[in-house]
Amino acid sequence: MAPRNLDAALEMLGRELGVWKPFAGGTDLMVMLEAGKLPHRKFLSIWKFAELRGIEVSSESLSIGALSTYTEIQRNAILQREFPLLCRAASETGSVATQNRGTLGGNIANASPAADSPPALMVYDAEIELISAKRARRVAYRDFHTGYKKMLMHDDELIWRIHLNRALKRDKEYYRKVGTRKAQAISKICFAAAASIERGRINDVKIALGSVAPTVLRAAETEKILNGEKFSSALLRTAQETLSHEISPIDDMRSTAVYRRRVAQNLLGEFFDVMSA
Amino acid sequence: MATRVIGKSVPRKEGREKVTGRAKYVDDLKFPGMIFGATVRSPVARGRILGIHFEPGIPWEEFTVVTAKDIPGKNCIALLIDDQPCLAAEFVNHPEEPVVLLAHPDKYLLEEARRGVRIEIEPLAAIFSMDDSLERKHVIWGTDNIFKSYQVNKGHVEHALREADLIVEGTYETGAQEQLYIEPQGMIAQANAEEGVTVWGSLQCPYYIHKALVVLFGLPKDRVRVVQAETGGGFGGKEEYPSMIAGHAALLAWKSGKPVKIIYDRAEDMVATTKRHPSRTKHRTAVTRDGKLVAIDIDFTLDGGAYETLSPVVLSRGTIHAAGPYRCPNVRIRSRAVATNAPPHGAFRGFGAPQSVFALERHLDCVAEAVGLAPDEFRRRNFIQQGETIAVGQVIHEKVDMDRLMDRAFELSGYHEKRKRFEAENPGKMIRKGIGFASFFHGAGFTGSGEEHLASEVAAEATRDGRVRVMAASTEMGQGTNTIFSQIAGEALGIDQEQIEIVQPDTANVPNSGPTVASRTSMIVGKLVETAALEIRAKLVNGGYLPDEYNAADFAEACRRYLDRTGPLTSFVKYEHPRDLFWDDERYEGHAYGAYSWAVYVATVSVDMRTAEARVDDFVAVQEVGKVINPVLAAGQIEGGVAQGIGMALYENVVWQEGRMVNGQMTNYIMPTSMDVPPIRVFFEENPYERGPTGAKGIGELPLDGTAPAIANAIAHATGANITRVPVTPEVLSELLEGVHA
Amino acid sequence: MPDRAERIRVRCTLNGAAATLEAYPMARLLDVLRDEAGLTGVKEGCGEGECGACSVELDGEIVNSCLVPALQAEGATIRTIEGVATGDQLHAVQQAFITYGGAQCGICTPGMVLAAVNLLKRKPHATETEVREGLSGNLCRCTGYTKIFAAVMVACRDMDRTVEG
Repeated sequence: MAPRNLDAALEMLGRELGVWKPFAGGTDLMVMLEAGKLPHRKFLSIWKFAELRGIEVSSESLSIGALSTYTEIQRNAILQREFPLLCRAASETGSVATQNRGTLGGNIANASPAADSPPALMVYDAEIELISAKRARRVAYRDFHTGYKKMLMHDDELIWRIHLNRALKRDKEYYRKVGTRKAQAISKICFAAAASIERGRINDVKIALGSVAPTVLRAAETEKILNGEKFSSALLRTAQETLSHEISPIDDMRSTAVYRRRVAQNLLGEFFDVMSA
Repeated sequence: MATRVIGKSVPRKEGREKVTGRAKYVDDLKFPGMIFGATVRSPVARGRILGIHFEPGIPWEEFTVVTAKDIPGKNCIALLIDDQPCLAAEFVNHPEEPVVLLAHPDKYLLEEARRGVRIEIEPLAAIFSMDDSLERKHVIWGTDNIFKSYQVNKGHVEHALREADLIVEGTYETGAQEQLYIEPQGMIAQANAEEGVTVWGSLQCPYYIHKALVVLFGLPKDRVRVVQAETGGGFGGKEEYPSMIAGHAALLAWKSGKPVKIIYDRAEDMVATTKRHPSRTKHRTAVTRDGKLVAIDIDFTLDGGAYETLSPVVLSRGTIHAAGPYRCPNVRIRSRAVATNAPPHGAFRGFGAPQSVFALERHLDCVAEAVGLAPDEFRRRNFIQQGETIAVGQVIHEKVDMDRLMDRAFELSGYHEKRKRFEAENPGKMIRKGIGFASFFHGAGFTGSGEEHLASEVAAEATRDGRVRVMAASTEMGQGTNTIFSQIAGEALGIDQEQIEIVQPDTANVPNSGPTVASRTSMIVGKLVETAALEIRAKLVNGGYLPDEYNAADFAEACRRYLDRTGPLTSFVKYEHPRDLFWDDERYEGHAYGAYSWAVYVATVSVDMRTAEARVDDFVAVQEVGKVINPVLAAGQIEGGVAQGIGMALYENVVWQEGRMVNGQMTNYIMPTSMDVPPIRVFFEENPYERGPTGAKGIGELPLDGTAPAIANAIAHATGANITRVPVTPEVLSELLEGVHA
Repeated sequence: MPDRAERIRVRCTLNGAAATLEAYPMARLLDVLRDEAGLTGVKEGCGEGECGACSVELDGEIVNSCLVPALQAEGATIRTIEGVATGDQLHAVQQAFITYGGAQCGICTPGMVLAAVNLLKRKPHATETEVREGLSGNLCRCTGYTKIFAAVMVACRDMDRTVEG
């Protein structure tokens, strides 16, 4: 089913709660459909809606349409300059073919803890704007995922736009996805971080990880350890220990908890090098 | 000897069809009235079938349903022995074992129906490890779980071990590897009692399938026909398995009276079909203080899965290659293939040798270190020379110069300079570099008297317009069979390779030139093609139709006149086993292979110490192959084989749970992408083999033997970690690095 | 299971000609192209968007047709491998693949050629690194990619010359 416009789609979603499965580029949905994993029988294509497309720029913020593809994100000059971690994430997701069809909104709504963009969005303190037939509302991305595949989104809502604040200050940024191979890889662990360095001290540090918890994780405790401190190997060790306790990686067919834990700590070490450089 | 067509990179014969998308693979074929088939498989590893239940809600009356009861002949996939059922009847012995077949015109409904068949099974205790199998925790096959075992005895190993200066031990393991041809398995069948059985499909060995169908249906040979469609990769994965899917499609066609197409989707293909045999090799090696090999004692075990299939032959090749191209007066190899409750493991390029060569080449680096020699110096002191014998006692009559190959490989890769530089620069670095090598050989053709038993045949026929048709059962699956045969025949006939037509392998039209396996296609079958072509030429020359010097037009004219005046212009050639090759199957010694290709491969790697990810930065492959018939095709074979070897070394990990592969998707079973392969630099040397066509030896499997150990040795060099198994995943390497640097 | 409701008619431009294809709305574009339009050059290798054998150009961009539902092809411009050559005249990429060994078994070739053609359209002066990255969504098991890169670089150079000349 491909409704004519956004209003029509929202009306259907509101009318038959939980019946329709909305989808965008289909890069996640079609795989699950083939594997017989979807309980839904009714699918709602939102692919063409202009309201969900485009990257709008104001002096304070960027508003990314939910249907922005990874390719479109990478091609946006302002995103490349001011939000490079998101562009990095987009360039490392799937292949060129996936990037042409995969959307940021779809990635968020699919809520895989292994997704590549969410850690970048976390570090940038993104805001998700949701829309339904009744109203629009904003949710801090940090609060959006409440558990494995659970999010603060109702059955009658769609992700409308993702907002990034241009005023967010940071001097150092870091993104690293450790996948199963160099391209087209599902992440075993994904680490995004940013910080400001003032007079040799770490400030406003933001650290987010994927694939180490049931949802994308903001390492708040580790951030607390680091904020306001000067660089030292003792600080790094303490931060690594804290990080190790904050994350809850598992064994799965791609990797092991032991490996993920060790690498998470090592990547924090690499970020440390980036910050102190 | 100058050649006209041989040695040139003539374009691939079917290249145009392939680049335009016009080549027709089995799923591209449509037959009138064709319906689709699907397979319902066992959910448990081992058990007794209590019942088959068809869930309500599906219009079962529209379906063709086949079980073991419907098999007209013998319920088995005939191969070496008949132990593997075509459809499980009373017992299942591995997860995904086929039990029920369904057919219906609607693909989507068929899939729903497949999920609506419930096989009720009373589980039985199952075996999932080689150790449990060897200990006979439960006997799941035969009387002792052992499909086959071999013993090689050269000299007096026990005595030599007792007298040794130094003994070095090590145990090495390789995991299963999925062939992952990009075209999944598929077959179309037409079958009825009046006309017999015909199948079209993706396959390597038409006559293997032919034999299997004859037995399955109890039909005479001339009422079974097997036709090869364009085949999208095989690598051994389509050597024996296609007989199973052909049998299934044919049974459904037989019962439904309609053509039936079965195409596996990727998930089914991965979990249900064959993989490379997992292995474990134990080495005990005695050396003198100055690094000479005195005794090699090897214990080699392969996991064969639930049925015998080809395990004895895989074991054979692995055993014969286990002690490598080295001089050693005392060698003992004790090997066995054992049963476990997993889908049977099978042919995959290299066929046992990649497993045993990985162990040997890794181990010899360790032996070198124990003796205090550089790994290359150690090899040089032990490389076999012309006139010496390998482990099974075969005298190497041909010229062999491993030193020279090593010199060349090292020069091309900058081995010595890099080795020193990496060692100097690595300490304290987060990215550590290493360089390692493997030196090895690979025998071409079937082992021992295998070629004699195959008794391959090739036919040729000239047409009125001077084209010559070559009939052989050897299949093109990307490796270049069609092109190579055309070049060989063209050269022999003195005409262009474009005037040669390679007849589509169809058992109704081509004789049995044996399977397309074992690196035998150029060397053994190619020689028969050459002979067949020469016979046609001889008929024309001896009949006075052709002068000594002639061009293409003369040739065409000669053919026309011959056909007008004398009759059909044909030749038929049968393989003759050289009288001076002798193999003893009992003592497992003698001439194992007619010829060996020899190689030294060098891998340069970087290891990220933070993530334990290794990547190959450069790869040099130097090999002596007799004669390079087509440089582009030959290099393509090595490059592709090296890429598969990189997968085997670093990425390709089958995750097992109670005998079932659980990562059966391309997302989770990792083969290298274009970003994961380094520049692969390939170089050939030529020492013509007098029995090969214009001197060619076999090369298809060679690259799978040396790639993984070269990479493993390089990683060991970079990190100091002792690599003893592949794939060296980051998870595995991470644990090893903790041990090294803790 | 695709929506078993009504089949729909998808109007699109297919290899340069207007086409109307009948399909279930959630059927894979891959199946629609192969079964309805008879374009068997589009191949299925994995059904999960990993191998790229099903690559087609959709509105000028490379996509995996196994992941595109039919209803989203409405109004689209689609090019498959069958639309790459111009009559008997092969595209430079196709010719290079033949000459330089870019195709072995050929099953990945249609997708690979299309991906390369699309890449060179976007980046006429692609470096080998860009070629490696651009083709990383197309898996090849036979070639080890080496001769694919070589063929694409040759085609790139040949196309450049054609433009200049």
